[in-house]
Amino acid sequence: MEQFFQQLTNGLAVGGIYALIALGYTMVYGVLKLINFAHGDLFTLGAYLGLTLITSLALHDRVGVALGVLVLVLMVMGLVAVVGGLLERTAYRPLRESPRLSAVVSALGASIFLQNAIMLIYGARLRVYPQDILPRTTVHLFGVGVPLMRILIFSASVVLMAVLYLWIHKTRMGTAIRAAAIDQGAARLMGIDVDRVILLVFLVGPALGGAAGVMVGLYYGQISFTMGWLYGLKAFTAAILGGIGNIPGAMLGGLLLGVIEALGAAYVSLAWKDAIAFLVLILILIVRPTGILGERVAEKV
Amino acid sequence: MTRRTKIGVAVAVAGLAAAPAVLNPYWVDVLNSVGLYGLLALSLNVILGDAGMYNMGHAAFYAVGAYATAILNTRYGIPVLWTLPLAGLAAGAFAAVVARPVIHLRGDYLLIVTVGVGEILRIALVNDVFGLTGGPNGIFGIARPFVFGLKIRKPHQFYYLIWAFVALTVFVFHRLQHSRFGRALNYLRDDPVAAEGSGIPTGRYRLLAFVVGAAWAGMAGTLYATKMTIISPQSFSFWESVVVFMIVILGGAGNMAGVLLGAFLIVGLPEVFRGFASARLLVFGLVMMVMMVVRTQGLLPPRPRRFRLPDASG
Repeated sequence: MEQFFQQLTNGLAVGGIYALIALGYTMVYGVLKLINFAHGDLFTLGAYLGLTLITSLALHDRVGVALGVLVLVLMVMGLVAVVGGLLERTAYRPLRESPRLSAVVSALGASIFLQNAIMLIYGARLRVYPQDILPRTTVHLFGVGVPLMRILIFSASVVLMAVLYLWIHKTRMGTAIRAAAIDQGAARLMGIDVDRVILLVFLVGPALGGAAGVMVGLYYGQISFTMGWLYGLKAFTAAILGGIGNIPGAMLGGLLLGVIEALGAAYVSLAWKDAIAFLVLILILIVRPTGILGERVAEKV
Repeated sequence: MTRRTKIGVAVAVAGLAAAPAVLNPYWVDVLNSVGLYGLLALSLNVILGDAGMYNMGHAAFYAVGAYATAILNTRYGIPVLWTLPLAGLAAGAFAAVVARPVIHLRGDYLLIVTVGVGEILRIALVNDVFGLTGGPNGIFGIARPFVFGLKIRKPHQFYYLIWAFVALTVFVFHRLQHSRFGRALNYLRDDPVAAEGSGIPTGRYRLLAFVVGAAWAGMAGTLYATKMTIISPQSFSFWESVVVFMIVILGGAGNMAGVLLGAFLIVGLPEVFRGFASARLLVFGLVMMVMMVVRTQGLLPPRPRRFRLPDASG
């Protein structure tokens, strides 16, 4: 029971991170029908920018640490959003009318470019986050000790998701995004600037991915320039699991995948941990390609 | 073939045949890599170019073929070239099993499933599944091939072996493209609904194209295994699939000359810039982005078929 609870909390923390990345995939896919392969590398960029800011802001002096981490995450989100926006303008916008495959290859090119840019700037070796930023204490929940870090990571991702959810559902800009996701042409006729909506999606998605990058750095303590694609692929799996294009679906899919993976690693096999996510992916596509919350869409064969 | 194409093919063949005579072994080996990637890209082209199915897990079939050869040769002592058809069969059978339930998925979904399949296979290889694959270290000591009693060892000997197989592949796939089956695949790619409506058994043809492409990738795996004499899971990562995918799209999906040109540019050209090793991939990514923007259809897109009916409006 103790082990189950530990794995559950671990799964929820990691799942929250997956969910944050998945939101970027699902928003872009919802509006553009494009798998943004570079999204995982924007997440990596977030992790590295976080590291740079931590060391340059000298956060480990423990002066207003909580506030410091908050500011740090917001700064990283802003910076990654800028890179995401630049990517949209240079790599994706010119291809909007082109065949789908060219956009896929451009996305892969962007992914390779970003990954290697990070490698050239920060070096190819693993980089380590300072270990003393957040307290490494455990708290007792229902009589079981849980690392505080897990609770913080999980809460942070829930807060970010809640903000996004409210923004998408309660504001005009959010409504515009939802409208463009349903039908770009009709949205344009209703006076929505679809180009702006798409740019917006490429600012918000990467910002969330960047925040997830910082969280991975804080949680695992280690980051590498190649980590983006595995996280990216798993987050994409989460997005499909929840129903691609569906925002609550991405959140649910992320948390679910995190928990499945954590329990699978504990009770089935640690060596096959990464394979479990892909197995889930294949099963869901065979059984229910629209995902858990996805609606049946008209089949564009 | 038009006269120009004939001359082009003749020049290309003559140039390739003479290449080892003027190049040093290093560059011959680079051309060997180009040939292997060319084979892989030609085999993916059947799936991606001709039938229009997004397969980004092609390295998995390459891996199955390479491992089939490695296991059959090192454990059972079967001469490498004899394992060639067996590797093709193994990769084709593997493709048939994994693709059967997902072959109906549309574009992006199929793409992501094939990525997943490739990754699961790689993890299986690392975990030494059935105790056959040697885990993360892979399998070493794969024998060299014998052709008419001659042991193939040096780069220029491999060169002729590999490129002869490329020539055979181009011949076979050219016949395939112009067969009833090949034409059906093109209809299927261009308009699946109309293809289904005109009586083409869409699902069966899609699966068949997938299996043929995979089987061919498996045989390319045999050549890779015997050339390297050592294989490990790292050789069959996701990025191998991505590179092959990019070769097909950059060269011109559906056009074999374009695909081979793509292999030269993506595998061969970076060797010229070896001096800038660390920045090479950065530039590669950038070039792919720029290429897609300025030449969306690839370098040599296939020409429309000549028997196409005139446009009703024109």
